[in-house]
Parts: sequence; C-alpha cells; structure tokens
Amino acid sequence: MYIKQLSIFIENREGRLKEVLEILKKGHVNIVSMSLADTSEYGLLRLMVDNPEAGRAVLQEHSVPVMLTEVLGIRLAHRVGRLQELLEIICDAGINIEYLYGLSSGADASVVIKASDMKKAVDVLQQNEVELVSAEDIMKM
Amino acid sequence: MIWSKEETLSRQEIEEIQLARLKATVEQNWNRVPAYRKKMEEAGVKPEDIRTLKDLAKLPFVTKQDMRDNYPFGLFAVPKEELVRIHASSGTTGKPTVVGYTKRDLAMWTECVSRIAAMGGATKQDVAQICFGYGMFTGALGLHYGLENIGASIVPSSTGNSEKQIMYMQDFGTTLLVATPSYALRLAEVAMEMGLDPKKDLQVKIGLVGSELLTDAMRAEMHKLWGDDMLVTSNYGMSELMGPGVSGECQYLEGMHINEDYFIPEIIDPKTGEVLPPGEKGELVITCIYKEGLPLIRYRTKDVTRLIYEPCKCGRTTCRMENLDGRTDDMLKIRGVNVFPSQIEEVILSVEELGPHYEIVVTRENHADKLEIRVELLKTTDSFKDLEIIQRKVKSKLRIILGLDAKITLVSPYTLQRFEGKAKRVKDLRKEI
Repeated sequence: MYIKQLSIFIENREGRLKEVLEILKKGHVNIVSMSLADTSEYGLLRLMVDNPEAGRAVLQEHSVPVMLTEVLGIRLAHRVGRLQELLEIICDAGINIEYLYGLSSGADASVVIKASDMKKAVDVLQQNEVELVSAEDIMKM
Repeated sequence: MIWSKEETLSRQEIEEIQLARLKATVEQNWNRVPAYRKKMEEAGVKPEDIRTLKDLAKLPFVTKQDMRDNYPFGLFAVPKEELVRIHASSGTTGKPTVVGYTKRDLAMWTECVSRIAAMGGATKQDVAQICFGYGMFTGALGLHYGLENIGASIVPSSTGNSEKQIMYMQDFGTTLLVATPSYALRLAEVAMEMGLDPKKDLQVKIGLVGSELLTDAMRAEMHKLWGDDMLVTSNYGMSELMGPGVSGECQYLEGMHINEDYFIPEIIDPKTGEVLPPGEKGELVITCIYKEGLPLIRYRTKDVTRLIYEPCKCGRTTCRMENLDGRTDDMLKIRGVNVFPSQIEEVILSVEELGPHYEIVVTRENHADKLEIRVELLKTTDSFKDLEIIQRKVKSKLRIILGLDAKITLVSPYTLQRFEGKAKRVKDLRKEI
C-alpha cells in the first residue's frame, strides 16, 4: 500500500547532488522519480528508486544522511481535471498534503504524496476507488 | 589503585613538604635565574621573606611572555650540560616555548604520570596505545614513560594513519588509549567505517585523554562510541610545568588530583592577580617545587578552574582541580558576552541528531559580531519543518546559556575538518577585517 521513498539531506554546496547521485549509480540503484526542494541553506532530495533498501544502505555507507519514508503512489488517468478531483477527495476528508511530486509511469500521470494522516488517506482513496501504485510497480518502472 | 603514599598524606604533612620545597625553589631561582631574581627585586621580595606557604602570594608571576622573552634557555636554573632532554611547544603564535629536563626531572615526570595513569585505571596488564604526536610535544613521551613504568605494554603509534591505528588495536589487543578526546572519537568513527564496532570488536576499556578539554558531553559521546564500560579520565599538564602529569582524574571523576608534593596550585583573579579563597573559580597558577631544569614559580596557566581540598572517596587526600571550563585565551568575547567553546559543545552534543564535530565561526558585520555554528547532521528527517526544529533547538539552548543568537548551519557528516592533535574548532575572523 505504502511505497518507500529515500529522503536525503543535501547541503547547498557545489557538486553535492552530483556526489550523491554518483553513490547511487555505483550501488546500481535506479531512480524512477525525484523531487528536489531547497531552502537557502540545504535541500531535501526525495527519490523513488527500484530498490530503496539498497539505496539507503549504499548512501549510509558513504555517510550521507538518509532515511526511508513511507509515501503513497497514486495512479491517475491522463485527462484534464483528474489531479484536482484527487485533491478534492483528500481535502474533503480533512487531510493535508505535505508534499507532492510527479511519478513517471508511462501513459498515466501518477503522483507521489506524503499526507498528514497516511492511514486515513489510504482509506479515503480506496473508498473512492483511486488506484494506488505498489512497490512492485515501482520496481518495474 | 593508589600508586604512591604521597597521594594520601595529611594536609599538614603535604604542607610541610611544600614549604620546604618552595623555600629551596625560591633560593634556586634567586641564585641561578637572573631574569627571575630581577622580577623578585622589582617586587621587593627576598628568599628569606618566604616563611609560610601564604608568603607565596608575595612572589611575582611568570607568564608565557616571560618564556618568550627569555627564549630559549633564559629561565633555566641549570647549565645546559645538566639537561638530558629538551621539548618545545608548537609556537604557533611566535617563538616556541622551550623546556628542559635534568635526569631527576625526568624521574619526577615518570613518577607523576605513573600516578595519573594508575588513577585512570592503568595496570601492568594493559596494552597502551599512545596516539599523541611523538616529537617536541611533551604529551606522547610523558605518557609513554609513565605507562611503561607501571609495566603496561606500550604501542607508540603516534598520530595519523588512523586505519593502521585500528589495525594495531585489533591485532595487539589494545586495552588503553591515549589521545585527545576529539581524536579518540575520530578513531571510533574510522573503526566503524572499516566495518567494526569499537564496543565489540576492540578491547579498549580505558581512555586517558588530555591536551584538550573533556566536557561531560564529550565523555558521554566517548561512551556512546567506545562503550559504557570504558573508563574515560582526563589528565592535565602543560609543557612549561613539565608536560602531562600535573593532575588527573580518578575513577570517581570528581576533579583532577594534583601531585601536590611537586606542584602548588593557587587560584587568582585573572584581572587583579589577587589570590582567591579556596573554592572560588579563577585562573590556575602553578608553582613547580621539585624541578631542577625549569623550576617556574607562579606560572600563569590561563586555565580557568576551582580547587577542592576535601579528601576524595578514592582515598587520596591531594587537592583536586575541577575539570576545566576553558582557557582565558580560548574564551571568545562575542557582543560583550564571554563564551567558552566548551559551552557550545555541550549544547550541540545534547541534540541527538547532531554529531560531535562542529566549527564556531565569528565574524563582524556592520560593527556587530555574528556567531555561526556549523555542525554535522547525523540523522536526517523527511521534512524541512523537522530540520528547522533541530536548528531551533540548538539556537534556543544557546540563547538560554549564553544570551546570544547564533546562526546554526547543518552540514553533511565528514565535511568538517578532523584533527589528530588539538582540535581547532574556532574561526574568529573578526581580526582579519
């Protein structure tokens, strides 16, 4: 139901993102989707990868501050208004979205969300027959 | 284990020894050290004026500047041929300070360090790895001969090549580590990088740390990395006085026992030079009363502490000095507030997500001092809010303790500089503007 995301602390320094990506490359970890948010001092890199456990292990080995976070992958039809409808479902249930980013999944237009109440989010999405992306799906992407 | 009976004398017995030795030392300086005789004459005091220990306060101080002015041998009380060893400080701020030892001085040094090592738990069963830089610095050779005298097996590995250090520890079964606190932490990090758990895969159970402040937080960090059962004691000394061996902690960790039959401690107000009553905090002043080569009288250490005269639970009766707060010359004055780096360290180490390595940067912008603390983030979170909470935690603790606002910068682990000797964590860039 939940899928695992790598959350990585990146300080704002020239070349730091490249270093982190190099480590993942050496560990043969494939990136499926990503989001990079920043403040003036540091950023958080959030990654969907084919093997999150392996990704965390190789980053930790290189002393990169990293953690696994449970998020939801949601499959959406590629049509006008679909994302807005999804948000309506979530907002009506009184759930906040902490962050959201796109997930590349072929013909569909999937997104990754971190909700304030993950369990409730799953319930309400299932009631509304919204399709969730599984960890196996991510591995295949 | 108590090494010598001199550590358990009554106060009266200690004072009798001190007075006799002080008189001899003053006589020796008067007759053989023209530079100090001149100081005494200027202060209007003669050797016969020293009749009780209280009269010590009549004698002029010796400072680091006096050492420099009389470079290299001007304060020595013996001709050069009597010396069997010469050491020097690094001299980062000018000419180094030079110290010399006679044969008897070296024997005394070995005795002093043996006592301190025994206080810290060392026995002849130990394999003692000395990770202090060998050379002109007194730390390594001081501990070396003291531990050897106890009968421990010495591994004189010096500093550097940390992976090899860990290999020695593993292969030789090192049980006792001599290092600065920051290098001891670094070595644990290196062991972990090599895939070892210092707690299980290494046998180090005793840490004799020195040449740098050991704060309570740093000690806790040592236990975290090296194991709760490690006995970590700090010891004190400086090359001008002899090197390590002036004082050290016993297993009760309630202050460092001073080898009082060799050194007389005083606490003074650093501004006025007045002697402060027992128990008050101020600058430590030490008089060497049994040295031949360089018998310094009332040397101003610039270290801030207080003295405890009550006998210790360990059975020793010697006066103890509290673990240092800092040095009067390490103290930073930021927006008029006195700040010891150790205070900042305590705060950083109290926050779980942050590592023990940090850097203090002081700058001046528009005539106002700015304090920035760079610290390594060990555990990340998934939200900016939580990262800001970590920064705010440090910031608000510092505001409570120092009354100052600081900028807290989080950096990735292993990006700040590591030190093998004394850590240089303060960057005061104000002088350069």
